Amino acid sequence: MILNIAMKEIKSFFVTPMGWIIIALITAAFGWNYFIGVNNYFEVMSGAIRPAERVGVTIYVGQTVYGSASFLMLFAVPLLSMRLISEERRQQTLPFLFSAPISIIEIVLGKFFGLFAFLAIMVLYIFVMLSTLNIWADIDFGYLIANTFGLFLLVGSFAAIGIYFSSLTSQPIIAAILSFIFAVTLFILERYFASQPNHWFSYISLMKHFQTFSRGVISSKDIIYFILFISTFLVLTIRRLDADRLRG
Amino acid sequence: MTKTLKATQLTRRFGPNTAVNNVSFDLSKGEVLGFLGPNGAGKSTTMRMLTGNLAPTEGQVEICGINIIEDPKSAKAKIGYLPEMRPLYKEFKVNEFLKIAAKLHNVPNKKINESIDTAMEKCGLTHMRDRLIENLSNGYQQRVGIAQAIIHNPEIVILDEPTVGLDPIQIREIRKLIKDIGKEHSVILSTHILPEVEIVCDRVQIIDRGNLVFHGSIEDLKQQRRGNKLLVGMKKPPTLKKLQALFDVVKLEKQDDLLHIIQFKSMDIDVEAFIKASIKEKWGLFQISPHITSLEDTFVQLTNQ
Repeated sequence: MILNIAMKEIKSFFVTPMGWIIIALITAAFGWNYFIGVNNYFEVMSGAIRPAERVGVTIYVGQTVYGSASFLMLFAVPLLSMRLISEERRQQTLPFLFSAPISIIEIVLGKFFGLFAFLAIMVLYIFVMLSTLNIWADIDFGYLIANTFGLFLLVGSFAAIGIYFSSLTSQPIIAAILSFIFAVTLFILERYFASQPNHWFSYISLMKHFQTFSRGVISSKDIIYFILFISTFLVLTIRRLDADRLRG
Repeated sequence: MTKTLKATQLTRRFGPNTAVNNVSFDLSKGEVLGFLGPNGAGKSTTMRMLTGNLAPTEGQVEICGINIIEDPKSAKAKIGYLPEMRPLYKEFKVNEFLKIAAKLHNVPNKKINESIDTAMEKCGLTHMRDRLIENLSNGYQQRVGIAQAIIHNPEIVILDEPTVGLDPIQIREIRKLIKDIGKEHSVILSTHILPEVEIVCDRVQIIDRGNLVFHGSIEDLKQQRRGNKLLVGMKKPPTLKKLQALFDVVKLEKQDDLLHIIQFKSMDIDVEAFIKASIKEKWGLFQISPHITSLEDTFVQLTNQ
């Protein structure tokens, strides 16, 4: 049943221009970054005289692409997630889902995984794009996999925030703005607390936990952080929708 | 007859306001129940509670013996619901949307195409299958709404004002459709168009300010309409006093120069005696018939209690 709802959401991304436009823009931006990364690599590396300054092509290009990916997704995900529930509220289509034999948990999970699957297309696209470096270089797949994994968790968190804010309002634009502001705040929180790396504010920053993955490290601590983060917002969304039924 | 739906003492409060107050009723298989009431009487709220869209403050809803609060999934599988604002994903084509509806309502994969075809045929949508819902006219969108409510062949179909905003031809078609659905399923239909109830429903229920004020068959409603009045045409009408000396008359109302409405105390009027008296007293009787109050009047009477 979760799958059915997810399929419905994916279909609905592709029957409206929104999905296509976002995919086109995002992949174009990734492609551009990849191109710049590869182009600059030899220039920069030939300028690096000391061996310590030299890095592998995977890390160099990977940093360029993944660095921009986390930032671009910050914009893309709210635009995609904004309609998920608020549009249903606006068009008054929620009764369609509420009267079907599915629980609210399934509705929310279905919507989340639908969006997540759509975002996965882009995440996997980056992975495939960077893998093409392997044609002429011997690249570090471990680094790529760790980054891909991290990016999955990061976009998952953005998606969870997006769904939650989408459930609060019947105006998709407001949902997009709110989730964008919230995600940006959590994302860059760490930067403002750079002098106190152990402050709890810095600890709840998404960025701090994403950085581990972007160094090529898959750490269970960060995985748990992201999973808890996603579950929290999904539970909040479920509760919000349940309140519709209880309070009317 | 088997009972498909049973609502007991349904109450719903929104803050200090009571939208639905202690409403109980049931529904049998193959029956069309009309839900009447003025705007804001609590029709839609009741329907939302019946379909599990809104939790009742008090009371129970049982769908084919399954409590909708305890086992919402099994109960909801037996209901098809078309809310007042039809819930259509307008970016999809008719058949795509119905496919989603079928899947969400647990129609087995093998039967999906078959059930889509049947629902489209019943609602006269077959030639619209590849059109975007957004581009359909109001009436056709309403049909899609009905099609999604019957796609899984539910025991109970609940339609909230299904004929609102349609043209007379469409209204007729939709009414016929509802009657057809009512042969196999139980239907609850809410409306504020009074003649509609007489045409399609077997049983009527009138709700006003959250309270059930009338509950009975169409015949009962007609009985209520016939009432205790006679419409009499007399050339030389008697005075009320004179009438009261002969019969248990409550009121003599002049409709125009010759026609009068005479209201009796009881429902069974001795018409024969009245005619005999009129001949004897030479009132110039030329027309006599039971005065049937319009459905509107009955409705107003009932809802003003």
